[in-house]
Amino acid sequence: MLVPEDLKYAETHEWVRIDKTIGTVGITDHAQAELTDIVYVELPKVGAKVTAKQQAAVVESVKAASDIYAPVSGEVTEVNGQLENSPALVNTAPYAEGWLFKVKLEEGADLSELKDAAAYRAQIGAE
Amino acid sequence: MFAAMAPTPSELQRTPLYGEHLRLRAKLIAFGGWEMPVYYTSILEEHQAVRQHAGIFDISHMGEVEISGPKAPEWLNSMLTNNLDRLSIGEGQYTLMLNDHGGVIDDLIVYRRSETGYFLVVNAAKIVEDVAWLQDHQVEGVSVSDQSQLFAAVAVQGPNAAKVFQTLGELPTRNHIGKFKLGSAPMLVARTGYTGEDGFEAFFPAETAAEVWCAFLELGQAEGLAPCGLGARDTLRLEACYPLNGSDLSADTTPLEAGLGIFVDLKKTSFIGQETLLRQAETGLTRRLVAVKLPPKSPPPRPHYPISVETEVIGELTSGTQSPTLGVGIGLGYVKIPFAKPGQAIEIDVRGRKFPATVEKKPLYKRNVSA
Repeated sequence: MLVPEDLKYAETHEWVRIDKTIGTVGITDHAQAELTDIVYVELPKVGAKVTAKQQAAVVESVKAASDIYAPVSGEVTEVNGQLENSPALVNTAPYAEGWLFKVKLEEGADLSELKDAAAYRAQIGAE
Repeated sequence: MFAAMAPTPSELQRTPLYGEHLRLRAKLIAFGGWEMPVYYTSILEEHQAVRQHAGIFDISHMGEVEISGPKAPEWLNSMLTNNLDRLSIGEGQYTLMLNDHGGVIDDLIVYRRSETGYFLVVNAAKIVEDVAWLQDHQVEGVSVSDQSQLFAAVAVQGPNAAKVFQTLGELPTRNHIGKFKLGSAPMLVARTGYTGEDGFEAFFPAETAAEVWCAFLELGQAEGLAPCGLGARDTLRLEACYPLNGSDLSADTTPLEAGLGIFVDLKKTSFIGQETLLRQAETGLTRRLVAVKLPPKSPPPRPHYPISVETEVIGELTSGTQSPTLGVGIGLGYVKIPFAKPGQAIEIDVRGRKFPATVEKKPLYKRNVSA
């Protein structure tokens, strides 16, 4: 299972890449492997406000719909429009073309509860 | 994510093929009180294997019940909706067992094995209830024997299924059952299935389960035979519009409402639930189980999503998924009768948003039968 070093992770299997005030959000390789065969992604609207640990998107596999929680609070600035036609990108490139949405971080956003790669690896029992 | 995923309760039953599933690194889930593979590699891959080549499913969780005795033909005919008198020896039929109000206890396949002997294959989650119901109504001259623990079973389904079985001998024709041998294992093989493809269901002693499973995988290697889990079983049966008891059928729905009237002989002497069905046939139904389809890029429909027309809620889905063959969302649901005709425009409520859909003719998938 891939767990890139440069990302922060939520216990609920989302990742966030922080670039100054913008956070890019997706689901982890472990999460996509557990879900398998993603066939539909419901994204938040640009301009919507998302709150850390609250539902922000839905990813659907053949079998079930799964809530995706925002790892950080902020305003959605961009969503991955490619997923409408190619939801399977979340399976094939969860840390790249399969990203879900970007948020402008809230002033003084608290990132201290997010895990680093080592802590997330320990959580999922990966080597 | 996965907040709702509970740890596997230890009281779940396991089939004699559990060890084989672990060896193949299957993803296991709880289903009807059993710990079963939901997939081995991916639901989509396994679905395509069955549509294009062949797939093998562990169906050992299903129940096998033997009914025999001089009074068995007459008595069993009063317990089931289809007409048993039409069965020749070695032939089977899809049928339903109803409660006193005409609601479905179980849907099953009954095979006639001899003049007065029958073999019933029932749903895993209903074995206890079915056997209790049969025993409660049992009469002198009939024996009811639950053989579920003694049998393991697999379904081999797909266009290449017959090639996998051809070394066994002269194969049974559609809906027929026969005795065969694979290695040292005796088995009953029926030409039936739950996928919309040609296929077989084989029943054999539980202690030979692993041997038979491996033998089939080897026989099927050249035919593209893939182990398949319950995930693909569900998408396959839904495309073929076969109902799932507990979802599309229940104690509160009748076979007429479910569109299963051709498996009900209203004219036969008498059977449990007949009065309700006769009344429904006379006064007309108020709702019916229909197939629905969504356009591309819609979210997959799921059980319990409301179905509406304009502002009126006209029913709800009982099954739903993304169809791997059609590439769109499909489902089954009960709707009020005026809206049950194919072509009817409807809307499906997905998380508070309405998406357009249509009522479709059943089945949603039909295999090409050449010659």
